[in-house]
Amino acid sequence: MAPQQRKPHVCRNPDLIRGVGKYSRSKMYHKRGLWAIKAKNGGAFPKHEKKAVAAAPTEKPPKFYPADDVKKPLVNKRKARPTKLRASITPGTVLIILAGRFKGKRVVFLKQLTSGLLLVTGPFKINGVPLRRVNQSYVIATSTKVDISGVNVEKFDDKYFGKKVEKKKKKGEGEFFEAEKEEKSLLPQEKKDDQKSVDAALIQSIEAIPDLKSYLGARFSLKAGMKPHELVF
Amino acid sequence: MPFKRYVEVGRIALVNYGKDYGKLVVIVDVIDQNRALVDAPDMVRGQMNFKRLTLTDIKIDIKRVPNKKTLVAALEAADVKNKWESSSWGRKLIVQKKRASLNDFDRFKIMLAKIKKAGVVRQELAKLKKETTA
Repeated sequence: MAPQQRKPHVCRNPDLIRGVGKYSRSKMYHKRGLWAIKAKNGGAFPKHEKKAVAAAPTEKPPKFYPADDVKKPLVNKRKARPTKLRASITPGTVLIILAGRFKGKRVVFLKQLTSGLLLVTGPFKINGVPLRRVNQSYVIATSTKVDISGVNVEKFDDKYFGKKVEKKKKKGEGEFFEAEKEEKSLLPQEKKDDQKSVDAALIQSIEAIPDLKSYLGARFSLKAGMKPHELVF
Repeated sequence: MPFKRYVEVGRIALVNYGKDYGKLVVIVDVIDQNRALVDAPDMVRGQMNFKRLTLTDIKIDIKRVPNKKTLVAALEAADVKNKWESSSWGRKLIVQKKRASLNDFDRFKIMLAKIKKAGVVRQELAKLKKETTA
């Protein structure tokens, strides 16, 4: 027996509905084994002497009692999980983005982040899409796959893409009337380097397949006669 | 304009409606005015309304209601598969199926190929035009 390993204790009297247990008082008496404890102790429940307790300072009775019974909250065992990824989307799949600034662009899928969003890259040199997060619902997965084994995406997570928190500047009266110079937020060099390192390995595997580079550089659009429900992607 | 394709035992037909859509079947017996008993190597012999069948030009030589083994042998002997796939109707169906199964990447590659081909044709045409005007 492994030392000090306690399994979390399952409730002996599960709730049928909130406030009503499955077993009656007599049944619970039996389940708890009080009859066995009594039998072991010769017919009465074992007592021990009360420890002498120092007199607690007298508490004032509370001014407020809740008028109705306070209900016990329902138990919630749900765990937060990232969105279920469609079976057609695997690392290296070419996706078509359907909305936003890059709509119609064909893009390579890297991995799913813990928030459920998909991490995606153009590659930047080919079609101008940087390392970006995209929602699964706004994407069509094609059956074209790119070899992504040479790419390291361990360091990217949702925090990497979060908005930078700026320090609040206190405005004086005079400054209200001055034209506020907005600092143009430049992309930090670190992010540019990340983009380059991810794309370097990717572009090599893309150039191995003929026409794939120009495919990723072109946008998708529906033409006359194309029926989306009949198209195989 | 007389009829050329007749409903008879041994006529190959294409199923145009229902669960077996697109299959080639052999008419093995005629049940009544509207229905035939049809059979194919990969299906259980059953009845079909003529409305669900489109007759083809191909006919094989079998007796009324042969057993499966004889039927398959007769189909092999008449070389129905190759005759069908080399006929213009059969070829059209094959191309339609191929087009329907094209990937997005395949469609892109086809577009590039079409543009290239058109470019070559246009060049030749320009050359010919030059020659005739010169």
